[in-house]
Amino acid sequence: MSAAPEHAPTFTRAGLGQRLTPWLPALLVPLIILAGFVLIGSVSSWLTLTVAGLAMGMMLFVMASGMTLVFGLMDVINFGHGAFISVGAFVGVTVLLWLAPLAAAGSVPANLAAMGAAILGAMLATGAMGWAFERVVVRPVYGAHLKQILVTMGGLIVAEQLIYVIWGPQEIYILRPEALKGAVTFLGAAIEKYRLVAVGIGLVLFLAMRLVLTRTRIGLLVRAGVENGEMVRALGYRIDRVFIGVFMAGSALAGLGGVMWALYAQLITAHMGNELMVTVFIVVIIGGLGSVEGCFLGALLVALTQNYVAFLAPKLALVSTIALMVVILMWRPQGMMPVAKAK
Amino acid sequence: MSDILTLEGVHADIAQYHILQGVDLSVPEGSVTMLLGRNGVGKTTTLRTVMGLWQAHRGRILLGGQDITRLPTPRIARAGVGFVPEDMGIFSDLTVAENLTLAAVSGPIDSARLDWLLDAFPPLRTFWGMPAGNLSGGQKQMLSVGRAVIEERRLYLIDEPSKGLAPAIVTTLARALKQLKAQGASILLVEQNFSLARALGDHAVVMDDGRTIWAGPMAELAADAALQERLMGLSMEAHG
Repeated sequence: MSAAPEHAPTFTRAGLGQRLTPWLPALLVPLIILAGFVLIGSVSSWLTLTVAGLAMGMMLFVMASGMTLVFGLMDVINFGHGAFISVGAFVGVTVLLWLAPLAAAGSVPANLAAMGAAILGAMLATGAMGWAFERVVVRPVYGAHLKQILVTMGGLIVAEQLIYVIWGPQEIYILRPEALKGAVTFLGAAIEKYRLVAVGIGLVLFLAMRLVLTRTRIGLLVRAGVENGEMVRALGYRIDRVFIGVFMAGSALAGLGGVMWALYAQLITAHMGNELMVTVFIVVIIGGLGSVEGCFLGALLVALTQNYVAFLAPKLALVSTIALMVVILMWRPQGMMPVAKAK
Repeated sequence: MSDILTLEGVHADIAQYHILQGVDLSVPEGSVTMLLGRNGVGKTTTLRTVMGLWQAHRGRILLGGQDITRLPTPRIARAGVGFVPEDMGIFSDLTVAENLTLAAVSGPIDSARLDWLLDAFPPLRTFWGMPAGNLSGGQKQMLSVGRAVIEERRLYLIDEPSKGLAPAIVTTLARALKQLKAQGASILLVEQNFSLARALGDHAVVMDDGRTIWAGPMAELAADAALQERLMGLSMEAHG
């Protein structure tokens, strides 16, 4: 943000309580990790589950972050978001298969280059797909939620069918690059290397998004646009250009999430994005529509809860996410970190 | 004195309602024109239509002689129109500093202009780094006006800046607007506070039922209680 003017305006601080209240939901993550520790008992099991939960949470965040911005900024309910996840996974895996010699080499830089190329390919493809999707599918239905649901669902079905046409109907099994195979042992727990990498990618992405949103003019425009797009236009900005940029970035992030999930599950199908969408929607809703920070916390909470409950009470695993959403929405009906919207 | 803004027979609809039914008005350059009238006669719609937020389907809107009737809102703003909406339109998630930075569309904020603004509205200095959502109603209005005037514009459209504010805040706003006027700014101001209207206005335009029904010097309207009664159904003396 611009520096304070030279005459140094007096910064008046709000009370500590007032400043901390919006961030109370952030305490839920350490609280749930602590609860997991107490209930699970075994340090190694807890550590394995926690890292698995954090990795899954980061992947969900990557997939959901674009969607929450699109939701908040453009007021578009995009049920087709899952298509970008699937296409990202297929394109990424295709690139990885092309670069199989690099991925299978015993050299870490070669492995990372292969993975980087897969990620880049997936993000470019889904970013371009997002541009076309916004132009053809979403633009005619701005402001009409029911139509948005119908046409974006239609877009999702078309995208899945195109995947069948291009890559065939069968599932594709994949192997991770050599450097990402195996596990490291810590405190008696075997922690998959790939999960640590996923946590790292998610964290870097979250910090980068925060930086862009809070420290750049385009970030300010996005945040202002989420709240009051009309006023952004009245200040002289082409909000439609911001819309398309955010839609493309959101689609590219979904593509990145798709590659990450593909390497995590080591199996991809045309409908994988569609299957993930329920969880992604829950993350977006409990985080607060349009809030990147809320989305980040929501993703971690959902993933950690799923992992812990699946271990402690497997029969409850399926309902744990819904139960979490109910509890959060009873506490904060607008989500954990709601973004103010102009009436 | 040439006109910075001219509306010629402007009609505009909101959904199925025909709100503006032939608005004719002009704002002479370097003056304050008050847009007056009872509630619901189309004053706010007139400002929003000038700004391109509602589309005029008949008539012409000229800014300094250039036809802006069909221009999109961002181009109208970039042509030099600052807008203070009735609901203030501040970005509550952004800090005061961020709100002002975003409003300075042509580049970094001019420090002399910022000095003037922060002197005119001291709370903006005090709460510089605070989210605008934490400001009081009056402070939000100061920010809203401040955002419009952070850069010199050819025309300011200001919609009821004193609405619902405490008298002390209204005094601060009035003082700032007088300073802006003294700088030679052209302002089209919707205002229900008659004493403020009388103090600031050079010209007045009165609307009723989506039409302009009177235009002339503010002093003439302010001095004629019968005219006020006939045009607006009340007298400024009674509400001054």
